[in-house]
Amino acid sequence: MKAEIQKIVDEIHTECGEEPIRLMEVCGTHTMAIHRYGLRSMLPSNLQLVSGPGCPVCVTPIHFIDAVLQLATRDDTVICTFGDLIRVPGSSASLESEKMNGHQVRVVYSPVDALRMAIRDKHLHYIFIGVGFETTAPAVAAVIEMARENKVTNFSVACAHKTMPEALKRLAADRQIQIQGLICPGHVSAIIGIQAYEWLAKHHNIACVVSGFDPGDILVSVLMLCRQIKRNECVAGIQYDRVVKAIGNTKALALMHRVFEPCDSEWRGLGMIPASGLAIKSGFRRFDALYRFPVKVKKSPTPSGCICGDILKGIKTPLQCGLFAKECRPDSPIGACMVSSEGTCAAFFKYQVVKSCA
Amino acid sequence: MKIISIDGDEAVAQVEGVKRTVQLNLIDNIGVGDYVLVHAGFAIEKMDATAAQESIKLRKDYGISTL
Ligand code: SF4
Repeated sequence: MKAEIQKIVDEIHTECGEEPIRLMEVCGTHTMAIHRYGLRSMLPSNLQLVSGPGCPVCVTPIHFIDAVLQLATRDDTVICTFGDLIRVPGSSASLESEKMNGHQVRVVYSPVDALRMAIRDKHLHYIFIGVGFETTAPAVAAVIEMARENKVTNFSVACAHKTMPEALKRLAADRQIQIQGLICPGHVSAIIGIQAYEWLAKHHNIACVVSGFDPGDILVSVLMLCRQIKRNECVAGIQYDRVVKAIGNTKALALMHRVFEPCDSEWRGLGMIPASGLAIKSGFRRFDALYRFPVKVKKSPTPSGCICGDILKGIKTPLQCGLFAKECRPDSPIGACMVSSEGTCAAFFKYQVVKSCA
Repeated sequence: MKIISIDGDEAVAQVEGVKRTVQLNLIDNIGVGDYVLVHAGFAIEKMDATAAQESIKLRKDYGISTL
């Protein structure tokens, strides 16, 4: 394996020339893998890897967290969430702190678990927190359909799902960011296919390769991107072809579109992006938690000193944040990029600060 | 994960000896013995078996859980 990796690394050094190249890994799982395997140190100095907005928890705006926190304080509800969200600070609390205050918050592995709990316990209303991209949204859509088929009345979803293509278009059009290539998310692309990347390659001359998550996968993807950039022929390539098909997963997409419709959505760091979110369609409204239990939240500012926004756009690194590894640490996170295990600040902390202290 | 039994839209899948219930609502034509990529309790795509085994081995070598 080592010899194979070295061969790919050598080829990258040959192909990438001397001009500066900036590649963005969109997905938080790629960010973690790049740190974990120490891939940056193997690459030529003119090749820069920057992290993008692909950690779902990180791009979820604070006012949505505040809305969820209000739902959590009701006596008749149980909040069900993936583990990553539970510690995300809202403007004055987190789900974890509300749980310690005696409110019902449960961590689940799958939205199906939340539905099963609702079926077993009719006295309380179970709310699943739908955060995530196209990898997660079809699963949540499937559960909403199951709830309807089974006539479940005490289950709903607080929906903040987001979709990648419009956000990537926004990044591509942002002159500050200046990326030549995208390491495209493997799991999101298993659902959406490569159509969106074909558009980016054609209209923005950005090289795109859908990558797997093993070190060899990521390095081969970097090599494929360098070759595209060298030839100045940008296309949408698939390195992760053991999973991803060019057309994506049409069954999952169809299910997603039956239950959700596009809506304008606010991304932490990127702002409001038209048609980049998913809202529950009116035919499924009784499964929309924020429709059933309306809440009022104020727009809250980003915590002072936190530069998550610029980090999610790949303009800055955590090392440029004055709070990094001082006031803001994984055990006392200030911004979302430190809370999520896939956040860029958490990755930098785990693999650079902790390692260098070891 | 490798599918070891199927009952309607639900399957039991296994990796590293750990078994999990997996929903099959998002994919068609899955059989016992197939490898699937699982996210949030749902199989989201079928995987090439040889590549899946290689990936599991590699992750083990790096001490990374494949769950
Ligand atoms: S280190 Fe903390 S405060 Fe600084 S940008 Fe990251 S999350 Fe925000």
